[in-house]
Amino acid sequence: MLDRLYRFLDQLGQIGILTRDFFRYLFRRPFESRALIDQLDSVGYRSLNVVNLTAIFSGMVLALQMGQFLEKFGAKIYVSRIMGLSLLREMGPVLAALMIAARVGAGFSAELGTMKVTEQIDAMRALGTSPIKKLVVPRVLATIIMMPILAALADAIGLFGGWVISVTQLGVSGDYFYNSLIQHVELGDFTSGLGKSIFFGYLIGIIACFEGLTASGGADGVGRATTSAVVAASISVLISDFFLTKLFLAI
Amino acid sequence: MPQNNNNHPRRPFIALRGVEKSFGPKPVLRGVDLEVMEGETVVVLGGSGEGKSVLLRHINGLERPDAGEVLVGGKRLNALSEDELFPVRRDVAMVFQLGALFDSLSVFGNVSYPIREHGERDEARIRRRVHEVLEMVELHDDVAELFPAELSGGMKKRVALARALALEPKAVLYDEPTTGLDPLVTHKINQMIRGLQTRLGFTSVVVTHDLKSAFMVGDRFALLDQGRIRFSGTADEVRTTGDELMREFVATAL
Repeated sequence: MLDRLYRFLDQLGQIGILTRDFFRYLFRRPFESRALIDQLDSVGYRSLNVVNLTAIFSGMVLALQMGQFLEKFGAKIYVSRIMGLSLLREMGPVLAALMIAARVGAGFSAELGTMKVTEQIDAMRALGTSPIKKLVVPRVLATIIMMPILAALADAIGLFGGWVISVTQLGVSGDYFYNSLIQHVELGDFTSGLGKSIFFGYLIGIIACFEGLTASGGADGVGRATTSAVVAASISVLISDFFLTKLFLAI
Repeated sequence: MPQNNNNHPRRPFIALRGVEKSFGPKPVLRGVDLEVMEGETVVVLGGSGEGKSVLLRHINGLERPDAGEVLVGGKRLNALSEDELFPVRRDVAMVFQLGALFDSLSVFGNVSYPIREHGERDEARIRRRVHEVLEMVELHDDVAELFPAELSGGMKKRVALARALALEPKAVLYDEPTTGLDPLVTHKINQMIRGLQTRLGFTSVVVTHDLKSAFMVGDRFALLDQGRIRFSGTADEVRTTGDELMREFVATAL
């Protein structure tokens, strides 16, 4: 038990060191702009489908459940403002982050893990280049940049899904849904969600890279690294969400 | 660097003194002493899991010793940061066990990688240098566009060798250069290592458990056993030694 605690703290420390190295190499020239663009494409553009699908179905199901519940109190006209709050503040950013943790976290850790166990990471160092600068910086930067954008998109698409269900299934007029949303949702609801997703992006990127870089053994080592990257990134998103929410509510 | 003006022929280019290294609770090296003279090829022999690769990885700073010191070209590597190791790694190239070629880059991309990373921007000069080193390992320019996944084991080794030679290193470290190759290709690679070494005159350290290969490429041989260099000598000394383990090693290999 103590042993596991020790290992956990040790890993936390190593992730701290990796973070320090990330910032140290972030501003060092030459910038790996080509690698960054590749990663922005793979993290952002290629994640659109999975994030959009998650968002639209979550928005629709949220509207269905809320509608049925609120109808008992004759309050189904509140559906849009409740949806606005829950999607913008929590569900949009968190669901997008969980999908990215799965998709991108697995991708990063499997790729870097394979490079690690085939000594390609060592080869980079032996050839005088920094794997942090070449591999970690573009990846973590890409998740930090893309996460809030994907979260904003998830917000919008989730609300659209809710709007569709409200109009077609709940009999709430489309205009009413829209107007009540605009009236009751504040800019702060939206920006607090995006603020959190920047942090989620950092967590996902750094954890996945860390797991990849510390993979050992053969194919099973890469498998283990991938599994723990996805698990650790998802859990960190959920845990940090609680504390970040507490922080944002306090401000 | 003023330390690098030693053109004296019998001076150690690489020296390990009392190097100790453990991974977690498991000690791997327990006080390794090894000197490699300038221009000499030393083969480190030993069974699997004896820490031969770990020893090799100390020479270009991929591993740091827990105790003892590592000197390369008169420079003490122990306390150098990754940035400070940059010039050392230009001088000391490494050929990895399975090649460790970058999957995402073509052969040309792999061989030109160190040239670019060490500041060369002139495409024509890069192209010329890649052509030169590919020729040294007897590969034609038409493989340059292939990717590592399309190469045979022997070709990967050659490309890895070419990549290591790209910056005209003063020393080359080979980690099991013939593991996993068939006897004919093994012979070919050994010939190539020996030929390049005599032609270019760099210092080499080769790690292997294959004594036949060792005799083909080496000037001097060191046997790593239980974390220490147990025996060290020339080919004749290896054949006539009274050291029991070395004799056993020779007997089973030939």
